[in-house]
Amino acid sequence: MRYAMAIDTRKCVGCSDCVVACQTENDVPIGFCRDWVTETVDGTYPNVSIELRSERCNHCDNSPCVRCCPTGASHFEDGGIVLVTHNKCIGCGACIQSCPYEARYSHPDGYVDKCTFCIHRVRKGENPACVSVCPTKCMYFGDLDDPNSEIVNVLKNRKFKALSPEAGTKPNIFYLT
Amino acid sequence: MKTRRDFIKISALSLGATAITAGTAKAVLGSSLFGNENENETATLRRSPTYCEVCFWKCAAWAHVTEDGNIKKITGNDDDPQCNGRLCPRGTGGVGMYNDPDRLKTPLIRVVRDGKQTYREASWDEALNLIASKMSDIKSKHGAESMALFMHGGPAPHFSHLMKAYGTSNLAAPSFAQCRGARDVGFEATFGESVSSPEVTDIRDTKCLVLIGSHIGENMHNGQVQEMSQAIDNGAVIITVDPRLSTAASKSKYWLPIKPSTDIALMLSWINVLIYDDLYNKEYVETYAEGFDELKAYVQDFTPEWAYGITTLKPDLIRKTAREMANAAPSVIIHPGRHAAWYGDDVQRSRAMAILNALLGSWGNRGGLFLKEGIKIPEFPHPEFPKPAWSWKDLLDGKYPLANEAPTNLVIEASIPADGKDAKIKGWIVAGTNLIASVPMKEQLLKAMDSLELLVVVDTMPMEITGFADVVLPECTYLERYDDIRATAHREPTLCLRMPAVEPKNQTKPAWWITKQLGERLGLGAYYNYTDFSEVLDWQLKQVGSSLEEMKRIGVKKIHRNTSPYIEPGTTHTFKTASGKIQLFSHEMAAAGFDPIPAFTQHPEPQEGFYRLIYGRAPMHTFSRTANNPNLVALMPENSVWINPQVAGIWGLKKGQYVWLKNQDGTVSRFPVKIRLTERIRWDSVYIVHGFGHHHEPLHLANGRGVNDTELITNVMLDPTMGGTGMRGNFVTFLKEDPRKEIVS
Repeated sequence: MRYAMAIDTRKCVGCSDCVVACQTENDVPIGFCRDWVTETVDGTYPNVSIELRSERCNHCDNSPCVRCCPTGASHFEDGGIVLVTHNKCIGCGACIQSCPYEARYSHPDGYVDKCTFCIHRVRKGENPACVSVCPTKCMYFGDLDDPNSEIVNVLKNRKFKALSPEAGTKPNIFYLT
Repeated sequence: MKTRRDFIKISALSLGATAITAGTAKAVLGSSLFGNENENETATLRRSPTYCEVCFWKCAAWAHVTEDGNIKKITGNDDDPQCNGRLCPRGTGGVGMYNDPDRLKTPLIRVVRDGKQTYREASWDEALNLIASKMSDIKSKHGAESMALFMHGGPAPHFSHLMKAYGTSNLAAPSFAQCRGARDVGFEATFGESVSSPEVTDIRDTKCLVLIGSHIGENMHNGQVQEMSQAIDNGAVIITVDPRLSTAASKSKYWLPIKPSTDIALMLSWINVLIYDDLYNKEYVETYAEGFDELKAYVQDFTPEWAYGITTLKPDLIRKTAREMANAAPSVIIHPGRHAAWYGDDVQRSRAMAILNALLGSWGNRGGLFLKEGIKIPEFPHPEFPKPAWSWKDLLDGKYPLANEAPTNLVIEASIPADGKDAKIKGWIVAGTNLIASVPMKEQLLKAMDSLELLVVVDTMPMEITGFADVVLPECTYLERYDDIRATAHREPTLCLRMPAVEPKNQTKPAWWITKQLGERLGLGAYYNYTDFSEVLDWQLKQVGSSLEEMKRIGVKKIHRNTSPYIEPGTTHTFKTASGKIQLFSHEMAAAGFDPIPAFTQHPEPQEGFYRLIYGRAPMHTFSRTANNPNLVALMPENSVWINPQVAGIWGLKKGQYVWLKNQDGTVSRFPVKIRLTERIRWDSVYIVHGFGHHHEPLHLANGRGVNDTELITNVMLDPTMGGTGMRGNFVTFLKEDPRKEIVS
C-alpha cells in the first residue's frame, strides 16, 4: 500500500478551501497551516499563464525528515504516511530545516506538526479533509499499488510532475498539468 | 528560457501577517500528551442541518458539534445539488463567524454621557421597547410608510414581514441597485424572466462557456465553480473577457483582455459576425424570437474591425471566438454574470448578453440556460398586510421606469430633507448589510443617516454601520438560529432547513424572535400567531409533504420535477414576455424611452497618471462581512492593489510597498494598500478585492487592513432604466507618502 495524492492544476482555482478544511478537521491553530496554496505566474502581459497548486507534506519515500529526527518522532506509518508522534517530539526543528517543501511548522504546544494525510479519516475509508471538501474535485487520493484506483487512472492518462525532484526525496504528491 | 516569474505562497504569506494565534484547544485540554495517530478518533460529533449564510448561495451543510457544545467543523450536505457535499472556503470557515470574539454581544443604546455620544449596554426588553415606541411615534407623526428597511440574507424575510405588517413597503436591498439588478432587468426585457439565483446556467453540460467580466473561481458561487471544473474535465471551450487574467481566464482557451468599459462594442461585433457570417441558430430564432430584422440592420456596421479600435481586441480573435460559440450552439452559455453595476448602461450590456444567448439558441437547451422548476412554500397564515398609502415607486418621479425592486440609493436620497421640504423617509432598520461598504456615494449616505429620527441596526458583527445606529441589536449567527426554509428553483426543486446547532452565544437572538417581539410591542401580534418559529416551519413543511422532524434528519429534500428542464423537440415553448417571444428588439425598452437594441456608449477614460479602478472578489471572503472572520483572515488578511510591472516601473513602485490611492475627485484611501506587481493586468487598470479597509476598532482583525474600494467610488454612473449604481467609472493614482501625515518644519 502506497498512499499518494494527485492534484489537477487545470481545475484548481486556488480558493484555499483545502487549507480551512484542514484547519477545522485537525485543530490547526489559526496562523499556522498544514497545507497552503501557491500561485506561479509565467510570461508577460498579455501572454501570461498561471499555475495554482495546493501544497502540503509530500510523504516522501526517501524522507529527510524521518532520517534526521533524533528521537524517532518522525516516522513512517502504514501506506508510507509520514507522521510526527507529538509526545516523542522535542521540537528541535531539524526536520523543519531538512524538508525541501517547507511543509512543517513548530506548533505552539512545543512539537513539530504537519500534514498527516488525515490518517484518522483514511483508516476509516474516508478521504483526507482537503480532498473531501475541494469544490473543484481537483484532488485525488488513493493507493498507488491499487491498479483500479482513481489516482492510478489519472496518473496513467495525464501528464504530471512532482515538486523539487532534484532533492531526491521521492515525493508522493503529483501535479497533473 | 528566461521568464518573468512571480511566486506567491498565499497562505504562508499570511503566517507572518496574522499574529493572531489565540490559545489553542490542545494547549488547554492537554491533548498534546497523545501521539497524533490517535488525534480526532475519540471525538464524538453530533451533526445538525443548516444552510450557509456566508454568502447568498446558501449551500446546505452539517454543523458538527462536540459533546461540550462547540462547533468543530461545518461540511456540505451530500444531497444538496447546490454544493454536492462540498462547501467553499467561506462555508468551511463559517465556524469563524460563530467563534469570532468580536461579535456583538448585547443590545446597545446610544446615549450622551459627559456631553459625548456613546453606547451603553441594554437589556432586550429596554432596547425593543425603545424601538417600538419610536416606531409608533414615527407612524403617528409621519405614517408607517416613512420607515424603510435595508436588508440582506437570513434576517431579510423576517424584517420584511414586520415592516409590511407595520405598514410600509419601502424595503431595499443592495443586491438590486448595487449588484444583480441590471442583469435581471436586462434578461427580463429579453426572455421575460431573469436567470434567477442560483443561476440557471447549465455549465455542467456546456460545450462553450463565455465569461464577460465574471470571475468564477474568485467569486466562489459554489455550484458554478464545481460545474466549471466539470466543464474543464469535459473539454469545454472557455472564453473569458476580462481586463485581468482572472483565475477563470487562466483556464480559458481564449482570454480577451478587453479595454474596460467596451464590452457592448465587443458583443455588438459578435452579433454582427453571428448574423452576417450566417452562424446564428436560424430555426430557433425564427421559432422563438422577434425583432431579428431590426437587429440585423442595426448591427450591420459593427464589424470586428470597428470593435478593434474600441476594445483593443484583434478582429481575428473576435471572429474566431464567435465561431467557437456557434460551433458549440446551442450548448453555449454567454454567462450573465452577477454583479452588473458597472457603467450605468448595464441593463443594455445585459441585454446584449441575452441577445447573444438568443441568437445561439441557448435558453431552454442542454448546456445552455435550462428551464428551472421550484416549489412554493405557502405563507404561514396571517391577517392581510395593510396597504401603504405610498411606496418607493412614488419617489421615482418618472425616473427608473424599469426598477422592479427599490434601489437603495433612491430610499437613501428620500431620507434627506431637500429644497426646504421635509424628508419622506424618517427611520431605518438595517438588517444584515453594512451599507458603509455596500453602497457608494458615502456623503449622501452620511447625510441621510444624520437626518433620521430612528436608525436601528441588526447584525452579528460590529460593522461600521452599527456605529451610526441609535439602537444596535445583536443577531445570533446562522449556526444558532432557525430561519426560513430555503426553497430553491433550479434543475430540481429542493427544500433545505436551517436550525440552531448550538445555543446563541451571549445575549444574541435570532431575527425571527427579534421581529416577533417588536411586532407584539407594536400591536401587531396577530401577524405572529405562534410561540416558536419551529411551529411555522413545521406547518409550512407539512403543506409541501415534509415535516420539521424529517428535515431535521435529512437537512435537504429534493422534489421530483414535473416539467422538462429543456425545450423538448417537437414542442413549443412560450417565453414569459408579453408576446411570448424573445425580444431581440425590445418594445418595452422603446416605450420607456430607451434604446430598443443595445447601443455602445463611450465612457470616460482615465487622465494621464490615473488608472481605472476595477474591483472583484477573492474566494476566501464575502463582501466586507468576512473580513474579521479569524479562519478566513488567516487565508487573506488584507487586499492588495494589482499593478502591471510596466506601470510600476513608471512610478518607481516596488512589490510589497504600501501606497495610498487617490481618485479623480481627490478622495484618498483611508489606509495604505500593498502593491502586487503582476503581469495579469492591463496597463490602464488596477484591481483590488472588495471588502477590506474596515475602519472600526471593534473589528480587531479587520480594522485598518487594506483599502475599501467603496470609499474610492465617488463617481457613480446611474443606470437610467432601473437606478443601478455603475461603479467602474473611477480612476486612481498612487501616493507614496501618507497624505495625512503632519508636516513638521
